[in-house]
Amino acid sequence: MEEIAGGPASPPPARGDGPAVAARPAAVEAERVTKRYGETLALDGAHITIEPGATHALVGRNGAGKSTLVSILTGLQAPDDGEVRFAGVPAPRPADRDAWRERVACVYQKSTIIPELTVAENLYLNRHDRNRLRLIGWKSLWRKAAELLETWSVEVDVRRPAGELGVEQRQFVEIARALSFGARFVILDEPTAQLDGAAIARLFERMRAMRERGVTFLFISHHLQEIYEVCDTVTVYRDARHILTAPVAGLSQGDLVAAMTGEAARLRDHAVRVPVPERAPVVLDVRGLSHGEVYRDVDLRVRAGEIVGLAGLGGSGKIEVAETIVGLRAPQSGTLEVAGSRPRPGSVPDSLAAGVGFVPRDRHHQGLVPLMSIADNVTMTVPERLGTAGFVSVRRKDTLAREMIDNLAIKTPGPELPVAGLSGGNQQKVVMARALAGEPRLLVLITPTAGVDVRSKEFLLGKVEESAGNGTGVVIASDELDDLRLCDRVLVMFHGRVVAELPAGWHDHEMVAAMEGVDLDA
Amino acid sequence: MPETTAAHATTGRPPGSPAPDGMGRRHVALPLARLRDFALVPAIIVIAIVGQIVNPIFLQGDNLINILQTMSEISLLVLAQALVLIAGKMDLSLESTFGLAPGVAAWLTVAAGTGPGLGLLPGAWGVPVTIAAGALIGVVNALFIVRFGLNGFIVTLGMLIVLRGLLTGISGGQTFFNLPESMTYLGSTMWLGMPASIWVCLLLFAVGIVVMGFTRFGRALYAIGGNVDAARAAGIRTDRVLWIVLISASLLAAIGGLLLTGRLASVAAAQGDGAIFTVFAAAVIGGVSLNGGRGTVFGAFTGILLLYMIQNVLTLAGVPAQWIQALNGGIILTALAISRLTGGRSQE
Repeated sequence: MEEIAGGPASPPPARGDGPAVAARPAAVEAERVTKRYGETLALDGAHITIEPGATHALVGRNGAGKSTLVSILTGLQAPDDGEVRFAGVPAPRPADRDAWRERVACVYQKSTIIPELTVAENLYLNRHDRNRLRLIGWKSLWRKAAELLETWSVEVDVRRPAGELGVEQRQFVEIARALSFGARFVILDEPTAQLDGAAIARLFERMRAMRERGVTFLFISHHLQEIYEVCDTVTVYRDARHILTAPVAGLSQGDLVAAMTGEAARLRDHAVRVPVPERAPVVLDVRGLSHGEVYRDVDLRVRAGEIVGLAGLGGSGKIEVAETIVGLRAPQSGTLEVAGSRPRPGSVPDSLAAGVGFVPRDRHHQGLVPLMSIADNVTMTVPERLGTAGFVSVRRKDTLAREMIDNLAIKTPGPELPVAGLSGGNQQKVVMARALAGEPRLLVLITPTAGVDVRSKEFLLGKVEESAGNGTGVVIASDELDDLRLCDRVLVMFHGRVVAELPAGWHDHEMVAAMEGVDLDA
Repeated sequence: MPETTAAHATTGRPPGSPAPDGMGRRHVALPLARLRDFALVPAIIVIAIVGQIVNPIFLQGDNLINILQTMSEISLLVLAQALVLIAGKMDLSLESTFGLAPGVAAWLTVAAGTGPGLGLLPGAWGVPVTIAAGALIGVVNALFIVRFGLNGFIVTLGMLIVLRGLLTGISGGQTFFNLPESMTYLGSTMWLGMPASIWVCLLLFAVGIVVMGFTRFGRALYAIGGNVDAARAAGIRTDRVLWIVLISASLLAAIGGLLLTGRLASVAAAQGDGAIFTVFAAAVIGGVSLNGGRGTVFGAFTGILLLYMIQNVLTLAGVPAQWIQALNGGIILTALAISRLTGGRSQE
């Protein structure tokens, strides 16, 4: 243990510069891997080969078998059949966690950081440096942790509690920790899902720097453009099988989507939206909304049937403004009118009563009660439609839920299934169903397609357009270009202020530049 | 589509504008975490000053030793509870162990005839039996909580009632007197001019501070309480650590009970009854989180010290004994509210 822990502080040995590249075994090889959970076949004779020093993308829709492959490659689960080799050597026994840790590291979507402990301690948890009395030497621990982070150019104060770190820093710390075990193969499971554009760019920069130093990556993402940017090879899984492995260069996005979905499909193909008539009633009227430095003097009017985007990077205040509109936060000053009435600031029930439906930022924290059924979750905001005097009619609830399951094409055997059992895309549909349950006048969506596969994303955005067509005003707070593309106009926020308004038909680079606060004309 | 990403990469971060969540920003690290340990020290000083004004006896050596001695027994429960809470569990049964462990020892060693004792064992067995009883209770708790995965709150609530009932059963509701000398030694002897129980208490707290702050085992407790999956992923044998902490907690409770038994030279059927509330209050006031992963042994010590100092001041101020309990509860609530406000974990 100690030797391993001590080793990585020194720069990792250079790899991948010999002439005999072809002779080297693949960094990771999985062959004929089959895994079954009860009735479901999670992986069906799937294979993957990752060359040393490559940045290899793994894509597939929810349920394609990506997560299962990750848990097999990290040794958390043993395959029912098939073989996994690291650098030509068969994988260690499942119980030998240390051996696994030396070969492969994984940064999961869910944090494996302990928020109460310092960064340094998280890095060296359970392998602290000890002095002669076998007591922990904090000074040397801090020094070693700082050295480790410096080796990988991660600038974080190691004595801060890890809970204070943002998602981005947390990920870098987790990557550094993974590398400190000696592993030079890192799996990144949707690392960009919670990052804004600038942070993603920094992550990619770092990945490239690490690749230079011989680190091999398996990169999992729902964002195809990220794969084009940072990966050199891509493997597509569909329905538990391997479909295709190809160099990224020379594979068109259309082909990639086709491989993922099993049909030729264009990513998005919008009919031009009919402009909203001037006479349409205003369903949201925000004037001079301010809250300290978080957001200032925000004016926003949304007409019935209009889709308005609220763009900006993390920390720009777009999410906070959206959360203020739905009553999750109270503004310090300014007024807010929803369909002619003024809900009490900071009151969600009042906002709901005024006709707001919303998809909160994070479905795991605010969107769903995981152990409650689909029916309970989708009808949570509309108790008055389920029965009188506070009683709930199970029959009425199930009927309503069934309608919404059909309406949003949620893949489930029935409304009584706990939402925890659904895939990410279907969970998000449940959240969307709930937002639509009250037949809202105003729909507020905060990062509505985060962590959702291409198909579900398209479906969810289609639903948004549909409800706008029925006369609902929509606000989408997101930095996801696909979400913003269907908006009639987009307000761009930067450091708490609205800095630009772009009508539909903007170019990607205009939008990104506006979000980054860069003036292209300058 | 690819042009999007190209824009990301080339524009990067505009110069001069800080990254919203960026790597570039280096925080000036205030060692807040460690300051929190000493959060109660100002309160303790204030109480000391108030106490001195109320009654000049307060700061005299005898009175201070009196405070330390009366809190020494229950403080071991606070220590035990702090360890369990930091590991993300809780143990309500500690207060019953506090009574039952020495109770069983007394039952087996006190000569039959005058009281409820059986006199099966010679007096020298008193201390070993107390320790063994404590360990056994810890094993039962751990068996239910760790091995069978039952909820710690319910298990130890059940154990609290069962153990309390056992003590009432073996004692017939009476008090054990005429204890063997081995059992009264620790609670009644003086070492270097201070009662031995104070030495024992201070020593165990010192050990607790070292273990929790400077050993992998102690840090494992924080890790488990903070995020058990992450702890397991870091190679910590979480089940084994929880076994050890639950058994240690019961052992500490047994030792605490032994100290009180020695001081009172008896074991009442109600020994420890209701103590768990004070124990929780002291731990929480001392900064130990009920959700696990947060708090220190030193903080827990200041928590119980503060409560007992206040109690002492009230007594010295001549507050009628009938009112002390109500005031005590009020003080606990006030202290909790203050520690919540100053703990930096208020709502955003």
